[in-house]
Amino acid sequence: MYRSHVLVCGGTGCTSSNSGEIIAELEKQLKEKGLENEVKVVRTGCFGLCALGPIMVVYPEGCFYSEVKVEDVPEIVEEHLLKGRIVKRLLCEDAKHDESGDHIKTLNETSFYSKQERVALRNCGVIDPEQIDEYIAFDGYQALAKCLTEYTPQQVIDIVTKSGLRGRGGGGFPTGKKWSLGAANQADQKYVVCNADEGDPGAFMDRSILEGDPHCIIEAMEICGYAIGATEGYVYVRAEYPIAVQRLQIAIKQAKEYGLLGKNIFGTDFCFDLHIRLGAGAFVCGEETALMTSIEGNRGEPRPRPPYPAVKGLFGKPTTENNVETFANIPQIILRGADWFASYGTEGSKGTKVFALGGKIKNTGLVEIPMGTTLREIVEDIGGGCPNGKKFKAAQAGGPSGGCIPASLLDEQIDYDNLTSIGCMMGSGGLIVMDEDSCMVDIAKFFLNFTVDESCGKCSPCRIGTKRMLEILDKITEGKATMEDLDKLEELAHYIQENSLCGLGKTAPNPVLATLRFFRDEYIAHIKEKRCPAGVCKALLNYYIDPDKCIGCSLCARACPVGAISGQIKSPHVIDHNKCIKCGACMDKCKKIKAISKR
Amino acid sequence: MKTIEELMAIKQKTLEKMTVREDQSGFTRVVVGMATCGIAAGARPVMNAFVDEIEKRHLQNVTVSQTGCIGMCQFEPIVEVFEPGKEKVTYVLMNEEKARKVVVDHLVNGVPVKEYTVGAATK
Repeated sequence: MYRSHVLVCGGTGCTSSNSGEIIAELEKQLKEKGLENEVKVVRTGCFGLCALGPIMVVYPEGCFYSEVKVEDVPEIVEEHLLKGRIVKRLLCEDAKHDESGDHIKTLNETSFYSKQERVALRNCGVIDPEQIDEYIAFDGYQALAKCLTEYTPQQVIDIVTKSGLRGRGGGGFPTGKKWSLGAANQADQKYVVCNADEGDPGAFMDRSILEGDPHCIIEAMEICGYAIGATEGYVYVRAEYPIAVQRLQIAIKQAKEYGLLGKNIFGTDFCFDLHIRLGAGAFVCGEETALMTSIEGNRGEPRPRPPYPAVKGLFGKPTTENNVETFANIPQIILRGADWFASYGTEGSKGTKVFALGGKIKNTGLVEIPMGTTLREIVEDIGGGCPNGKKFKAAQAGGPSGGCIPASLLDEQIDYDNLTSIGCMMGSGGLIVMDEDSCMVDIAKFFLNFTVDESCGKCSPCRIGTKRMLEILDKITEGKATMEDLDKLEELAHYIQENSLCGLGKTAPNPVLATLRFFRDEYIAHIKEKRCPAGVCKALLNYYIDPDKCIGCSLCARACPVGAISGQIKSPHVIDHNKCIKCGACMDKCKKIKAISKR
Repeated sequence: MKTIEELMAIKQKTLEKMTVREDQSGFTRVVVGMATCGIAAGARPVMNAFVDEIEKRHLQNVTVSQTGCIGMCQFEPIVEVFEPGKEKVTYVLMNEEKARKVVVDHLVNGVPVKEYTVGAATK
């Protein structure tokens, strides 16, 4: 038995900031000190607080170390693991009860975690995802056992329906209804598909679930298979998620060895086989028909619906497709009951939702909160607000398919219907925070640029329409647009929404429409006054030297790469706007005097 | 695996190994002084004896952790036992054998081993 467990985050975020080397060093140091049989090192999935990674938690104390470096490892081993003295300087600020750090809070007492309710992420950062036994220890595969031995397929569907679970991938289609549609169609072969083609820039909850708790997806897909009468499943995951793919492969192998995947599971007639298909990372493959076309080995392009996948899906057979996070909720719903799940959330949106916090926010990371939590709680209480005391301006929900929520709606409850009513969408749950320094026209341009790149090109509204929209946005940010262009932009946006073939095109204009709705004045400032209020759009900016403040030190002139600044030493300098390339190097140099401004 | 019983057996076995990761409030804590003085006096085998004996007896809700110098270096190895709602018991001049007895008498049967305590040693 190990007297201490050291959990090190092995999610993609912490791995990219070197947690792999930390684990190696930890194991080496423990060996040198002869502690390898006393202290166990566990590589877990994502803890969620990615901003402070690499994260390490030492039990039994429950000590939360953040931003650990390889060089810190010898000290942790010598001080904490050998001598039992907590290394206070590495403690996460939030985990200290007082300045001294003599008393520490457990993870769940910190302000980042205390408001969260972890259902889909419950095992992430808690278990070793590569050990099936640890998953089983935390009730793993019990839901499957319960379904196979106690419930009929119809009863399983009834429980899921009653729980009120809706698709977490974006659309929000009721999961129970999807399953009953899948069950209703008779065929010699049916399929369960897990959509792990998480494409929204800024969203990474599906990746983290696969990395931190791969077995729960396997279990849920089997439950779905039992409910709809399918014996085969596919997980479609992007190849750029290597850690997730690897852990899923390990999990499938372990489940097969235990007989929890394969033939006659738990001694019943139920058989289920699972395959992984790697996608090349095209955004459109997150759309269900394109995803299935891609699994079949064809170019990932959507096709018109109906027929819906429930009737004619993968390989022409009835197929039920759910997103990773949707599946991750299933085992808990079965074990704890539909009523338990429905006790979280709002009228139309039950349960919890994982959000990926990113952008101008202090605590970048993954949070799981009950539906109906306000945006203010997410951004300010859990996220810690915008860094450097900047003012919150808006948050982009739903990535390139969603819209922005302005500061005036901070107290809006987050759920499917509320977001739709303000012209936004839940999407997969990416939440990109913008502060006062963000230009909303530029943001809209960024997301549209993404969809233009990712449009598969099959239908013209999306292929040509979004490109034309982007051209208009370019004109606006360069100060060359007229008010007629703005009308054209809006007209085009609505046309694309109505006439595109699949969800990608239908939702592509959303970022533009939402910013137009809440920040029209910024568009107008760009067009009429040729001014970018946030000071982002380069073409509309000019740098100025305040002659009253300038002391003529010539630092700026020497920093200017194009020699646009002239002036006598000890007398005010001036910028030649014809030469200036607006790189901002002069402003960086003039930090002390602050004589240079952009406007 | 063909039955739920097999699944539950794995669950039980693994859970026992994972108790250190649980919420520790309500747990009995066995704290071993592991500063230089404690280690020099043989605190490490004492601690390992505690861990080993607790595992053997499948004791739940007990954790073994370490602390720095408790301050009475002449009495090392020192072990403190904190039971929720009770006064702490400080054992001094510990060794492996004594540690195993403390587990049996104190942690299993609830009777502190008086003769090993600091009170008895300073009399």
